[in-house]
Amino acid sequence: MQNIKEYQLIVIGGGPAGLAAALGAAKNGLNDILIVERDKYLGGILNQCIHNGFGLHYFKEELTGPEYSKRFIDLLPETSIAVALDTMALNLENSEDWRYVHVMSSADGYRILRSRAVILAMGCRERTRMNIQIPGTRAAGIFNAGQAQLYVNIEGYMVGKKVIILGSGDVGLIMARRMTLEGAEVVACVEVMPYPGGLNRNIVQCLQDFDIPLYLSHTITDIKGQNRVEQVTVQEVDQNGKPIAGTEIYYDVDTVLLSVGLIPENELSREAGVPLDPRTSGPIVYENKETLAQGIFACGNVLHVHDLVDFVTEEAESAGHAAACFVQSGGCVKQDGKIISLKTDSNIGYTVPQQIRIDDVEKAVRVFFRVRKIFKEPSRIVFRDQSKSEIASFKRLFMFPAEMENVNLPRQLLEKISGTELTVSVEE
Amino acid sequence: MFDVLIIGAGIIGCATAYKLSQFNLNVLLLDKENDVSLGASRANTAIIHGGYDPDPATLMGKYNVKGVKRCIELVDILNIEFKKSGSLIIAFDENDLIKLDMYYDRGLLNGVEGMEMLDGEETHRREPNLSEEVIGALWVPESGVINPWEFTIAMAEVAVREGVQLELNQKVIDIQKASDCYLIKTETDQFQARYVVNAAGVYSDKIHNMVTEPAFKINPTRGQYFLLDRSAGETVKAVIFPCPTELTKGILISPTVHDNILVGPDSEVISDPEDTSTTRETLDFIAKQAQRSVPCLDFRCNIRNYSGIRANSDYNDFFVKISAPNFLDLAAIKSPGLTCAPIIAEEGIKLLAEEGLKLNKKANWDGTRKLIRFKEIPEAERADFIKENPEYGRIICRCEHITEGEIVTAIRRGLPIFSLDAIKRRAGSGLGRCQGGFCGPRVQEIITRETGISPLDILLDKAGSYILVDQTKNADKED
Repeated sequence: MQNIKEYQLIVIGGGPAGLAAALGAAKNGLNDILIVERDKYLGGILNQCIHNGFGLHYFKEELTGPEYSKRFIDLLPETSIAVALDTMALNLENSEDWRYVHVMSSADGYRILRSRAVILAMGCRERTRMNIQIPGTRAAGIFNAGQAQLYVNIEGYMVGKKVIILGSGDVGLIMARRMTLEGAEVVACVEVMPYPGGLNRNIVQCLQDFDIPLYLSHTITDIKGQNRVEQVTVQEVDQNGKPIAGTEIYYDVDTVLLSVGLIPENELSREAGVPLDPRTSGPIVYENKETLAQGIFACGNVLHVHDLVDFVTEEAESAGHAAACFVQSGGCVKQDGKIISLKTDSNIGYTVPQQIRIDDVEKAVRVFFRVRKIFKEPSRIVFRDQSKSEIASFKRLFMFPAEMENVNLPRQLLEKISGTELTVSVEE
Repeated sequence: MFDVLIIGAGIIGCATAYKLSQFNLNVLLLDKENDVSLGASRANTAIIHGGYDPDPATLMGKYNVKGVKRCIELVDILNIEFKKSGSLIIAFDENDLIKLDMYYDRGLLNGVEGMEMLDGEETHRREPNLSEEVIGALWVPESGVINPWEFTIAMAEVAVREGVQLELNQKVIDIQKASDCYLIKTETDQFQARYVVNAAGVYSDKIHNMVTEPAFKINPTRGQYFLLDRSAGETVKAVIFPCPTELTKGILISPTVHDNILVGPDSEVISDPEDTSTTRETLDFIAKQAQRSVPCLDFRCNIRNYSGIRANSDYNDFFVKISAPNFLDLAAIKSPGLTCAPIIAEEGIKLLAEEGLKLNKKANWDGTRKLIRFKEIPEAERADFIKENPEYGRIICRCEHITEGEIVTAIRRGLPIFSLDAIKRRAGSGLGRCQGGFCGPRVQEIITRETGISPLDILLDKAGSYILVDQTKNADKED
C-alpha cells in the first residue's frame, strides 16, 4: 500500500462553500489544506450562474456567479491551499485522530489521504421528476432547471422551444428569463404551494417583467408525448396538495423544466456515519458547524439549502475558522460542558445549528432557520427553555419560507437557560 | 441470402442469435428500434424465478428450473450483474398457507430444489421489515435478480462479435414465401432468409399472421413500477411475493442488482403496446399494496417510475413452434420468459435443426464477454489499475460511481450507440438518484468524441426522443 498523504484539513468540494471554508481556515493559521473538487474547475454551480445579483450582502456590489467565485479563486495563490481538480472523493472514514478520504482522478489515480479535520462542502442536487412522482410518458424534454442552465450557459445548446416550468425555485425563475431571452416561449410557471419558492426579486425580474404567468397552488399531473414531450396537464391543488378534478389546463409544450427543490448531497457523509437531520437533509451541527462526527465540519448547501451565496460564504468562513481551531487545539473541543438542543414549533422548518455547546460560544451564536408559511403581519420569533420562560425574542415585520431567517443569540442569554432544550417558535 | 433471420432483438431474439453464433451460419438480427432490448426486456421485474409457480404441464413449467441453472451459468460467462437473493412467498392467513402448500408441491413437480416452508417467527427473523401480519412463507433459494437489459445486450454483443449481423431501425412490414426462402420487407429494405425466427415480443402475433393463419393473440399487458433509492436498499433481502389472488398476481418488493428496491407491477391490458406511461391512480395503488407486505417502505425516496409491457396472450403457454415451413415462432413469451430465455432459444434451435438447418460448430467460437466494473476492483488494486488505465480514474456518473473507462468501452464493444439511455443500459451511468441530471451532458461529450455524432443528434432513448433543439444565439456555431 502507498504512503498515506497527510493534511491538516481536507475540504471536499470547491464551490463557493469549499473556497470560503478553505480560505477561512488558512486565514486562521492552517497552512496545509487541500480542496478536492470533482469538476475540472473551481467555482461549483456559480460557473453556470451567468446572471447577476450575487454579492450584494458580502461585497456590497452586484456580481455574476463566475465573478463572485473568481474573487475567492484569485486569493488562493496567496495561500498555501492545494487544489485537486477532476478528483472525486469516493469515501470518508472517521477515526479518533484522523479523517481518511479516498480520492480518485485520472491524473493521480486512487489515493487515500488523511487529515485532522474535514469540511464537507459538496453542495446539493436537484429534486427530479421521479422524486416528486409526476406520472406520464418517458418522453425526452424534461429537465431539471439547473441541468437546462448548464446546457444553455456552459454547453451552448437550447433544450426546447416551448417551455413550461414546474416549481418557482430560484433556478427555475432564472431559467424562465434565460430561455425567453434565448428565443424560447415560456408559457407558464406553476407552483404547488400557495406561495412562491424563490426570492421576490426573481419573481419580479424573471416572470413579471416578461409577462410569464405564475400559477400558485397548481401542479403538473400528467405528461404526454411518446418520444418528446408534447403536452402537460396542469391542475389546481387543494390545501392538502391533492389535484382538484375539473381544473385541468392543457399546455402543448415540448419542454418541462423542474425547479422543485434542492437536496443536500450527503451520500459521503451518510456513509461516514455523520448523523443527518431529516428536516434539512444535512448533517446535524453544533454552533461551530462541526457535525456530531468529531473533526468533520459542514457548510453551504450540503448543510442546508441557502437562497443567497453570500450567506454560504459567511457560514463557510466560520466553518473554516472552527476547523482551524480544532486542528490547532490538537483536536479536542470541550466536550463535557452543557449542550443545548434547539427544537422548533410547527411554524419553523428547521434550525442550523441544531445543537449549541455553550462553552464553545465566544460572544454569540447565529441561528439560521426557515419559516414554513408566510407571515404577512408583524410577529415575534421567540426562544423558550424547558421551563417555558422566554429567553429571547426578535421582531419581524414579515417572513417568507423562501427567505432564510437568522438571529443572533448572545452567550449571556444562553447561560440563563434551565434544562437542555431551547424551542424556537413564531408568535403572531 | 441469410441462413437465419431473427425478428426482434429482445432477450429471446438475442439469446437465439447468441446460440446461433456458435455455428457456421449467416445470421441476421433485426429490430424496429434504435437499440436492442427496448421492449419487455428492458422494463420488467428483473427476476430469475424459482419455478414454483408455472403449471408443470406447460413449457413454462418444463423450462423454468433448467432456465434458472442456465441463467446462472451465463451470468459468469457473459459477465452480467446478478444477485442470488432467493424468493419468499408470504402468507397473511390460513388460505394463503394452503396456497403455499400448493406452490411447494408444484415446485417439487417442476424440480425446484431447496424449498422450505417457514413459520412466522423464522420469516420475520430473515426479513424483519415484513408486516407483523405475515404468518409464514415459502422460501425458494434457487432464484434471484438479474440486470435484464444487460443480459440481452451481452448476448447481442457476443453474437455480433462472433459474426451475427445486426440491423436496427428495421421494422418488418411484410413477409412473403418465395420458392426456397422468405422475403422479409421492412420500411426501408428487403432481406432474404431460408429460416425466419419470430421473436417480436408484443408484436409476435402480427409477425406470425404475416406468414400463416392466426394461432394466438397477444394482449399487451402493462405493469407499473417504483424504483427506490439505495438508501432504502436494505429494506428486504429476498424477493418478496404476496400470494397471488384471483384478481392479481400481487405487488412484489424486490432488491435489485444495483442495491435499489423495486416495487410493482400491476397488470393492465392495454390497446397500445407502445404506451409505457405511468398513472397516478395505479402508482398509488401499488404503493398501498406494497406497504401491506412491508409497511416501512418509503416512497419519498423514489428515483424512477416506469412501465413495462408484457406479451401476455390468449395462449396459456409460451408459443414455441414451427408454424410454417422454416418459420419458427418464439412467441407469446410472458413471465417467466426472462428466466427461460436461454432454454427457449436452445429448444427453438433444435426445432430449426429438425426443419433441416445445418448446425456446424465453428472451430474457435468464443461465447464469453469480459468487462471491467470499477466498483468491483479491490481497493488495494485500484491505484495500479488506474495507472495503467487512466480513463477508469475519472468518475462520470457520481451517483453510481461509473467511470469514463466503463463508458468508453461500452461504446467500443460493437453495437451502435444512438442515445444516452444506450449508455445507461451498458455502463450503468444515469441509473442512480439524479437520473442522469449531472452526467448526461458529460456522457454526450464522450459519445460525440468516440463516435462523431453531434450532441444535437444524440437521443435520450428511442427515435424522436431528441434532447437538444439548437445551439444558443451566441454559441460558436458548428460548420
